[in-house]
Amino acid sequence: MSDMVSAILNVIDPFCGPVGVFTLFAGKGILSCGDTGWGDKLASGVYVTASLALLTLPFGLLLGFLVALGKRSDDAYARLAANIYTTIFRGLPELLTLFIVYYGLQILIEKGLTAAGMNERFEINAFFAGMIALSVVFSAYCSEVLLSAFQAIPRGQYEAGAALGIRPAKTMVLVIIPQLVRIALPGLGNLWMSLLKDTALVSVIGLSDILRETGVAAKSTKEPFLFFGIACLLFLLLAIISSFFFSRIEIWARRSEAAR
Amino acid sequence: MSHITTLLPPLPAPPAAAKPLSGARIAGMLFMALWILLFGGIALMMYFGWDWDKFAKYGPRYISGLQVTLGLVAASIVAGAVLSFPLAFARMSTNRVLSGIAYVYVYLFRGTPLLAQVFLIYYGLGSFRPQLEAVGLWSFFRDAWNCAFFSFALNTAAYQAEILRGAIESVPRGQREAAASLGINTRISFWKIIMPQALIVALRPYGNEIILMVKASAIVAIVTVYDLMGETKYAFSRTFDYQTYLWAAIFYLVIVEILRNLWNVLEARLTRHLKR
Repeated sequence: MSDMVSAILNVIDPFCGPVGVFTLFAGKGILSCGDTGWGDKLASGVYVTASLALLTLPFGLLLGFLVALGKRSDDAYARLAANIYTTIFRGLPELLTLFIVYYGLQILIEKGLTAAGMNERFEINAFFAGMIALSVVFSAYCSEVLLSAFQAIPRGQYEAGAALGIRPAKTMVLVIIPQLVRIALPGLGNLWMSLLKDTALVSVIGLSDILRETGVAAKSTKEPFLFFGIACLLFLLLAIISSFFFSRIEIWARRSEAAR
Repeated sequence: MSHITTLLPPLPAPPAAAKPLSGARIAGMLFMALWILLFGGIALMMYFGWDWDKFAKYGPRYISGLQVTLGLVAASIVAGAVLSFPLAFARMSTNRVLSGIAYVYVYLFRGTPLLAQVFLIYYGLGSFRPQLEAVGLWSFFRDAWNCAFFSFALNTAAYQAEILRGAIESVPRGQREAAASLGINTRISFWKIIMPQALIVALRPYGNEIILMVKASAIVAIVTVYDLMGETKYAFSRTFDYQTYLWAAIFYLVIVEILRNLWNVLEARLTRHLKR
């Protein structure tokens, strides 16, 4: 079964499959797939970048939603805590946040291990650290987008929910969130694009994403312009694919407005 | 006939109703407590880990790094602003070829990570060393600071061109037509009528772009420029002291907050005639 799945995946592989770009256009040169070229390495970099961004998104959205709820809460402490969060993580450079999370977690875990009596070096996973740092940055911006979307929803919607006897939590899920998504979608699309670009920073702490793979290839082939140019094109490809999906999602979200 | 002979004495306001302990309140207190613990922990760590030798050794380096960061951002913002004018006009031009070229430029620079662009220029232009030497530009592109400046300027020009275009297009057509009907020539109506209104619209996005550039400038540390982030990495590699990163965080937060508040004041001042 898994053989069949991998066989199918090999056939439709857009980079190194039988109809992949590198197979069709690179020939036997340094961009071909396999032992002689770098095509398969670059392709794996694209998958790492895409999966990092895709896995960061749900955590970032959830965290951003919670922070937005905190910001519009009646309680002064919740508002203050949420505002401190956005001020800090929107003010820090993404690279610095990444380093602080990467080394900070490492030090914390090592101290914990020492306290527990184990004395060993601990290397935190770069993918995991990148995911945490990027979700934190994404959620800080996301909370602002969601907050302004919340403000665009009239009070009457909550009151109507209450008048119909729907509980607040259910009003949120059934009445508010569907409208919130529609209003916040363009802003979230922009945030997704910057998330995609920020994933490039994770190459610095050693994750083999697009930029790291092209960097290694550039060093060993002495063709830096070609390979970093390809890196830019691959990021552009991801941006084009996501803007295609985003325009589809926006059409889907506005499907109820079309008839008017 | 009865009438009131005595007035009620003034009474104090009724006591405020005690707020019920809701879930939001508990969560708010919990998260505030978490922040206080975190900041307290960081402050304690800095207090007990303080070392005058390190301060004397790396303190001046941080200041010079700060100067490099601010200089790089200021230079690239100004160069980008200069480049953004022709770009924005090309983008708005009715000439399909010209606007197409400007569109592709903007799309390329906004669609790819700044880090990849810096690498493309810093490492990639090495491939063209003979050609660059022939035109005498190699000495410029050999230096990491110059490469960073060049790629930042190109990158921010793309963003600033979009800001400028959006702002100019936000000025209603009637303004231009009114100027034309008064016999004011196009150049004067652009500089004296369109631009002042457009720049007020563009003020907030320009502020955001400067803040984004300050934050993005941290990546030049990867191509061996000793800016604030570069000095931080240097200090960390020598001392393995986690404090080094926290000091950099404080520096960046202070710069961003100063810029943000400065922009709020500037906007309030420049739009005071629009307040109703």
